[in-house]
Amino acid sequence: MDIANYLYLSVILFTIGALGVLIRRNAIVVFMCIELMLNACNLALVTFSRIHGNLQGQVASFFTMVVAACEVVVGLAIIVTIYRSRRSASVDDASLLKN
Amino acid sequence: MRTDSHLVYLIALPLFSAALLLLLGRIADKWGHLLATLVSATAFGFGVSEFISMHKQAGDSRAVTQKLFEWISVGSFKVDASLLLDQLSICFVLLITGVGTLIHIYSIAYMEHDKDRRRFFAYLNLFIAAMLLLVLGNSYLNLYVGWEGVGLASYLLIGFWNHNPAYAVAAKKAFVANRIGDVGLSLAIMICFTQFGDVTFAGVKAGAPHASPAALTAIGAMLLLAAAGKSAQFPLQSWLGDAMAGPTPVSALIHAATMVTAGVYLITRSNFIFDASSTARVMVVVVGAITLLFGAIVGTAKDDIKKALAASTMSQIGYMILATGLGPVGYAFAIMHLLTHGFFKAGMFLGAGSVMHGMDDEVNMRKYGGLAKFMPITAVTFGLGYLAILGVPPFAGFYSKDKIIETAFNQGGAKGVILGGAALLGAAVTAFYMTRVVVLTFSGAKRWKDDAHPHESSFLMWAPMAVLAIGSVASGFLLSKGSALVHWLQPVVNAGQVSDGKELMKPIVVSLLALGLVIIGAGFAIAKYRVVPDVAPDNVSVFTRAARKDLFQDDFNDAVLVRPGKVLTAGLVATDYWFIDGIVRLVAGTIREISDVLRKVQTGYVRSYALIMFVGVFIGALILWVVTA
Repeated sequence: MDIANYLYLSVILFTIGALGVLIRRNAIVVFMCIELMLNACNLALVTFSRIHGNLQGQVASFFTMVVAACEVVVGLAIIVTIYRSRRSASVDDASLLKN
Repeated sequence: MRTDSHLVYLIALPLFSAALLLLLGRIADKWGHLLATLVSATAFGFGVSEFISMHKQAGDSRAVTQKLFEWISVGSFKVDASLLLDQLSICFVLLITGVGTLIHIYSIAYMEHDKDRRRFFAYLNLFIAAMLLLVLGNSYLNLYVGWEGVGLASYLLIGFWNHNPAYAVAAKKAFVANRIGDVGLSLAIMICFTQFGDVTFAGVKAGAPHASPAALTAIGAMLLLAAAGKSAQFPLQSWLGDAMAGPTPVSALIHAATMVTAGVYLITRSNFIFDASSTARVMVVVVGAITLLFGAIVGTAKDDIKKALAASTMSQIGYMILATGLGPVGYAFAIMHLLTHGFFKAGMFLGAGSVMHGMDDEVNMRKYGGLAKFMPITAVTFGLGYLAILGVPPFAGFYSKDKIIETAFNQGGAKGVILGGAALLGAAVTAFYMTRVVVLTFSGAKRWKDDAHPHESSFLMWAPMAVLAIGSVASGFLLSKGSALVHWLQPVVNAGQVSDGKELMKPIVVSLLALGLVIIGAGFAIAKYRVVPDVAPDNVSVFTRAARKDLFQDDFNDAVLVRPGKVLTAGLVATDYWFIDGIVRLVAGTIREISDVLRKVQTGYVRSYALIMFVGVFIGALILWVVTA
């Protein structure tokens, strides 16, 4: 099987994630889409690692996972707090910082 | 030259006393006036002892100096803070401390009911210290410090009752007019420095014969400007009338006897400059002649007794300034008139104060009348001063003023006739306005309301007046006996012989002429003021109206200086607002307009931010791809 297929899959996953971030209003869904994008990147990194025959890509993907874990903690905390105060998980409702 | 390490105490004592009284505050209220008077009297005693020890020496070795410390030392330019007591300074030291002490004593009673009496005495001592520094400095720079000091003391004392806004304004007016003169003095010092590299009197004197005429004329003109500011001479005369806002002892001490004569001192001290520049000397006589007539004319129309006396002071100092411009012998006569004037004018001011004291601070002479009966001592002392200023023989003014008139005539030619004529005319007008003051105040029917209770002042007030009255009688005779003062001042002003033989008029002719004119002037006033209306009449000639308005001096200053000054400031404010602030506002406005547009981008929608990020990353990646491919 052609190894480039993994890259195509990565691009498709990233695009789905990006579109989800832009289109969906629910903060949880947006959040999951961001995770999807991060994992699409991870897939691409691992694939490149395989292509070049070294471990650099795989190491980088570990960093990504660590960052993603931290981001989930902080991000979910923010979403829960906003939901508690505003009774809404829509990202468009949290638009006070404007103009 | 002899040195004397005690000179500094002459200045230090009153200065210390002033500082003490001001710093101690209310604690010193009980005894502050006594300390100040004691210090002033001590300074006078010290001055007398200096005079006696000076008198024992031969003519040329009478001057003493004391170096206090090295003040400025920059490269080759060195100025020491040094004192110089010579034949000229001692005259002033005795006048300042002597008259000063008398006025301190007078003020104890005069200011008795003022809750700020201690502050008043502190300022008086400050004035004495500054004035002594002025006459004792051995360089123009030292003199300048005293010059500013007396200006400050004058300002503080004119505005002593500064809760009255008009008085505070008068103080400011005096200060500003003085500043204009001070600019002249500082310019003169700067020119001296560039020309001679030295600002001591001795250094400038040594350099003066070799300096260019233009520089000497410039120094002379600047010194004259300084003298005009301090001595209320034309064209800076407008402040003196308003300065009468101060308590009357202040008017007597500062604005009659001592500070206003500082200009005469300055010109006399700088005799080597004026001897070397005839142009500067002509300017001096012109200013003197104009002012002596100006002051006399203004004096004829004033109803305020103090303002009438102030106009008279201006006129008499005009005589002195005129005398200083009349060549070497004129300096001595200027100083002689200065000393006799110090006696009789201070005495008359104290008399005016005594009258005001008895009349509930009323100053309008039209509300007086017939006071001689109620205030006999004041009337007699005032009368003696009056005879002295008129120049009636054998009173003081006869010796000093006639000498000036005589010297003016002896200039010869048209100059002599004009100057002598102006001085004679001034004497006649002086007789008119002084007689007017005396007639309105002391004789005629009473014009005061029944609730005024005129009474003679206490001993503390009339004793100084009596001493000054004795001075008004005797000082002229004593000073001119055997040309005593002329010979005394000879080493300082190089007076030369008293008469050089080519007299235009014999002294006796001048005296008779002056006396005749004085009698005419006085007779005219007596005839005119036999009946005095309570309110100044309106149907008067343009001349009277002009004199009442001080010959439009304030209108002139307003038109020439104040209004153009206001236009200039308004212009500068507009320039600042439209040009300098305009640039600042343009920058700020532009940035605000731009940000007004840009902040619309901040929608607050996370998704739109994300879109912008994606687009940005996409474009960035595209560019990278294009560049690298």
